[in-house]
Amino acid sequence: MAFLRGYLIPRLVQYILVIFLGITAVFFIPRFLPNDPIVHTIAAIQARGATLDPGTMDEIVADLTEMYGLKGSMLQQYGAFWQRLFHADFGVSFFQFPTPVSRLVATALPWTAGLLLMTTFLSWTIGNIVGGLAGYFSRKRWSKALDTVAMVVRPLPYYIFAFALLLLLAYVVKWFPVAGGTSIGSKTAFNWPYIKDVLRHSFLPALSLTILGGAANFQTMKLIVQNVNAEDFVQYAKLGGVKEEKIVSRYVIRNAMLPQITGLALSLGQLFSGALITEIVFSYPGLGGLLYNAIVTGDYNLIMGITALSIVAITAAILVLDLLYPLFDPRIRHL
Amino acid sequence: MDMTILRTEQLKAFYVLDVYGTQKVVKAVNEVDLEIQENEVYGIAGESGCGKTTLLKALYGAIEPPLRLMGGKVYYQMPGEEIDVSELGPEERRRLRWEFVSYVPQGSMSVLNPVTRLKVTYGDFISSHVSGKTREEALGIAKGHMAELGLPREILDAYPHQLSGGMRQRVTIALAALLKPRIIIADEPTTALDVVVQRGVVQLLKDIQSKLKNTIILVTHDMGVQANLADRIGIMYAGKIVEEATTEKIFGDPIHPYTRYLIDSLPRFGDKTTRASVPGNPPSLADLPSGCPFHPRCPDVIDICPEEMPRFTALAANHRVACWLARER
Amino acid sequence: MRVLRDLFRDYRFALSFCTLCLLLILAALSAFSPYDPTLWGVVPRDLRPSRTYLLGTDSNGQDVFWQATFAVRNSLTISVIAGTVSRVIAVLIGMVAGYKGKGTDRVLMFISDSLLVIPLFLIIVLMAMLLREHMNLVRLGLLLAFFGWAWDARVIRSLVLSLREREFTQTAILSGTGTLRLVLNEYLPFATPLIFSTLINNMAWAIGLEMTLAILGLVSMSIPTLGTMLQWAINYQAILLGHWWWLSTPIVLAVLLFVALYWLSVSISEYLDPRTRIQRVGAQ
Repeated sequence: MAFLRGYLIPRLVQYILVIFLGITAVFFIPRFLPNDPIVHTIAAIQARGATLDPGTMDEIVADLTEMYGLKGSMLQQYGAFWQRLFHADFGVSFFQFPTPVSRLVATALPWTAGLLLMTTFLSWTIGNIVGGLAGYFSRKRWSKALDTVAMVVRPLPYYIFAFALLLLLAYVVKWFPVAGGTSIGSKTAFNWPYIKDVLRHSFLPALSLTILGGAANFQTMKLIVQNVNAEDFVQYAKLGGVKEEKIVSRYVIRNAMLPQITGLALSLGQLFSGALITEIVFSYPGLGGLLYNAIVTGDYNLIMGITALSIVAITAAILVLDLLYPLFDPRIRHL
Repeated sequence: MDMTILRTEQLKAFYVLDVYGTQKVVKAVNEVDLEIQENEVYGIAGESGCGKTTLLKALYGAIEPPLRLMGGKVYYQMPGEEIDVSELGPEERRRLRWEFVSYVPQGSMSVLNPVTRLKVTYGDFISSHVSGKTREEALGIAKGHMAELGLPREILDAYPHQLSGGMRQRVTIALAALLKPRIIIADEPTTALDVVVQRGVVQLLKDIQSKLKNTIILVTHDMGVQANLADRIGIMYAGKIVEEATTEKIFGDPIHPYTRYLIDSLPRFGDKTTRASVPGNPPSLADLPSGCPFHPRCPDVIDICPEEMPRFTALAANHRVACWLARER
Repeated sequence: MRVLRDLFRDYRFALSFCTLCLLLILAALSAFSPYDPTLWGVVPRDLRPSRTYLLGTDSNGQDVFWQATFAVRNSLTISVIAGTVSRVIAVLIGMVAGYKGKGTDRVLMFISDSLLVIPLFLIIVLMAMLLREHMNLVRLGLLLAFFGWAWDARVIRSLVLSLREREFTQTAILSGTGTLRLVLNEYLPFATPLIFSTLINNMAWAIGLEMTLAILGLVSMSIPTLGTMLQWAINYQAILLGHWWWLSTPIVLAVLLFVALYWLSVSISEYLDPRTRIQRVGAQ
């Protein structure tokens, strides 16, 4: 019970506070910046060649005000905002009028979720295993070679790396499709041709994310393992003649995992942003693709919806990781 | 007559460091000759930084860069033959560890794997050296061992952070004795513990030695612990053994000026005179003085001292000194 | 300086330092550009690299090479602004949090952690969208600075926490040194090397973000930066038309910049960290 109080409750409270802070920020930003979404939207409408007389203009402004939740005083808007949030109602999308934002997000979400979950899992495990071995055998040449490779890959931003991959593997050598989540005209079904199609299209984005994430994990794990290797209890196990396989698995990697779990939690925000950016490069039909369309058409409701959802989802994922941590570190269990 | 179980010949182990282009050589163990018997407690005493821990590592065969074996030999006396430790391959060396000679490192508070229970660590040590035991059998061996040494069996189910520092030290010592090795090397087992716990540790070491009738090589700068445990003591200074005798002789009739300072600085009941400590500072092992390394601080220094390193004079069976003054006697 | 000489022993520092010097020279060359980068049609369009036009020309009618000099200069300017301003914020917040402790610390660290956890990219996109017309180099730098301080604030805070426990702090307090002077005069020298290496990291992050925002069309397109160059190239179908010289120039320059900045920051921080220094020393 003390554990619950000492560990669980503070984290739960923090989680709620962070969501509160984030969503409030999302609420206030458009309202305090010098530009008015309504003005933007009307300009966009007019740019398409529509001429509006004052009467129609007023009606449109009123409708847009309602649509963007800008009716009433700031406090009323804030209250209404939270109310709608609980119903997962983010209003109506401008880009695909009159589809509600929540429907668009719901359609795009599985694509992003699938991509993100798979690449995070792969980059974390592969990066950690290879990085762990490289850290243990840090004097060997292959370890140093891999490190140099990681040093070149890791600093590249998601966009550049994904774009370079796209150019090389979809244009220079046409091994993979250039864009999209599925081929044009394919029907969603649970049969092998469809799945193969999806896999072919998601290969490049997944590869891009996995390599970038893996390089970062490789480097941090290598450093951690090099430090753990120097720890007293590892030196002691070596002095004791404990067999090397046991030392590597039970003494080195088990202990090196701990900061990596924390590291994963901290980097989830970045991984998510990276996934969105990568999706944009490959025109992948996930939240990234949706975001791009929202930006281009000036669809504020859609952007707010995606942002709000991301904040809630990522903070929840971090909370889950935080709660799983004591399973791995017995020292926390007995606080 | 007890047999020699471990001996060294002119053992030299240096640290070779490359500090941004300049080479630095730290002469931690500088021509050490030892003959350690079965069934004895051999104590090594000296100031911090005189090379004691390095000597232990060399005796244990745990020499890794930047530490290098520069010369000399270490021999283990196994039943039937004498083995040169430097000739052993890594797997042979690994097998000897814990079964022939085991090690209790300095600062034993942090040597246990923090994420596994003690019984798992004990199990690792057992299964790495003794084949064919299931986990239950290994646990049984560990529990029996704890009981023999008077330690509570429940400890094995605990995590290291749940135990006090003193208890962890005792657990590490018990672990060292687990496979009944012929030699146990203990590096500063009582440092950083309060006096009451120290007594428990000393008692544990005594119990182990009397039960197993093996050899304990004990390094500590605490002369009180040496007096309590050691049969013979070797005084170490600047990487060399400068005097070696039985405990009674070292305390009762120290010959080497450095030993005399060490013994004289110990407080005695009833004696209220001020204790003098050794003047000056211990030399840097990377920049040793010429000839006898103690000569800059020696009150009885004579002309030959800075010129040449004194070799051992045997004053009696079991008492040798490396000092020019002793030669004159 | 001995420090520089020691740093140069690390091949990563040597390579990245030289690369950055070359890029800086490239940026400085922009002052000698014969063409005004904001005009269109100053040279014939879509020419391949040749003796007259070293890297060819683009579809806007600009010389790619001279555009690149401006692009490097402007991208570096944005990143320097973003980096330095966020350093100032990070130092202020980190030092106040570390020194004051308790309530102030909790609140400041909570804000800082929230910034780490929330997907900043989306928030920055939202703000960039709303500020589109008002965006220029300096404003973009400030926007990025506003979000880039969180990680380093924590790092500086840990440093201050450990410095606070040291003897010289007590001595200073007892001899009447005010908080501000104590923090600025005594602690800052410790923090300087740390700040320098995180500055470099932050600059790389800022350029990456600038490029991504440019591709999304959220940056003023008339100012040449590495990002806008790439965006123009993509917009004008450089891929399909095979204008590789226009497309690859910003990409190659950007990759060189990112890798060089990263290697520089890693070699500096490894030099500073006593643990990794010992690892370099000793093993033969």
